[in-house]
Amino acid sequence: MNIEIRQEAFNPWYEIETYQAQIQKSGQFGAQATFIGSMRDFNEGDRVTGMQLEHYPGMTEKHLEEICNEAGNKWELIDILVLHRVGTINIADPIVLVSVWSAHRAAAFEACRFIMEDLKSKAPFWKQEMLKEGKRWVEKNTPG
Amino acid sequence: MSIKVKYFASLREILGRSEDSVDAGNGPITVAELWDKVAGEQNSLPDNVLTAINMEYVKADARVKDGDEVAFFPPVTGG
Repeated sequence: MNIEIRQEAFNPWYEIETYQAQIQKSGQFGAQATFIGSMRDFNEGDRVTGMQLEHYPGMTEKHLEEICNEAGNKWELIDILVLHRVGTINIADPIVLVSVWSAHRAAAFEACRFIMEDLKSKAPFWKQEMLKEGKRWVEKNTPG
Repeated sequence: MSIKVKYFASLREILGRSEDSVDAGNGPITVAELWDKVAGEQNSLPDNVLTAINMEYVKADARVKDGDEVAFFPPVTGG
């Protein structure tokens, strides 16, 4: 399992490929589900030009680890990779990557969704959007 | 009793600082009472604020101990 908070932009496909090569579990898994969340250029009817993502160092990693451990207790999983950006985010930048490996598809699909939804409600991250005029804190998550 | 208090996102901006070191006296104190002490009368604890002690979520009536790190922050919006 690997959980990382990144200050710099990342390429999710490179990260998945690299991590999968590193864990050396080919043959064990028959399924992998991945979610990638990226930066939109619109929100709540307004044009968004960029974003600052803040987090609570220490508490964020702790809660992401708890969420992944809980997923590991609920489903038969082979491995989990979670990356999350902080700092200055540009339009179209990947913000979050959740990738789950398992023997069969149900566990991978369900655990990936579970980790993502729990991350959104529990992990202490905050988004501040840059607009054409000024900036604003995002106050709630989209329904999904 | 020495307590480290942290503020994040919009709360950090409202208070104009990211943390405080508070000497909370010797008596028992709750998270909500600690907020009143650090934020002043003009900033009552907003209803939707989340609170944590030592990086675990707690309710505002949770008791704070010497050496604790207490955090106040708005609803989280990661992902």
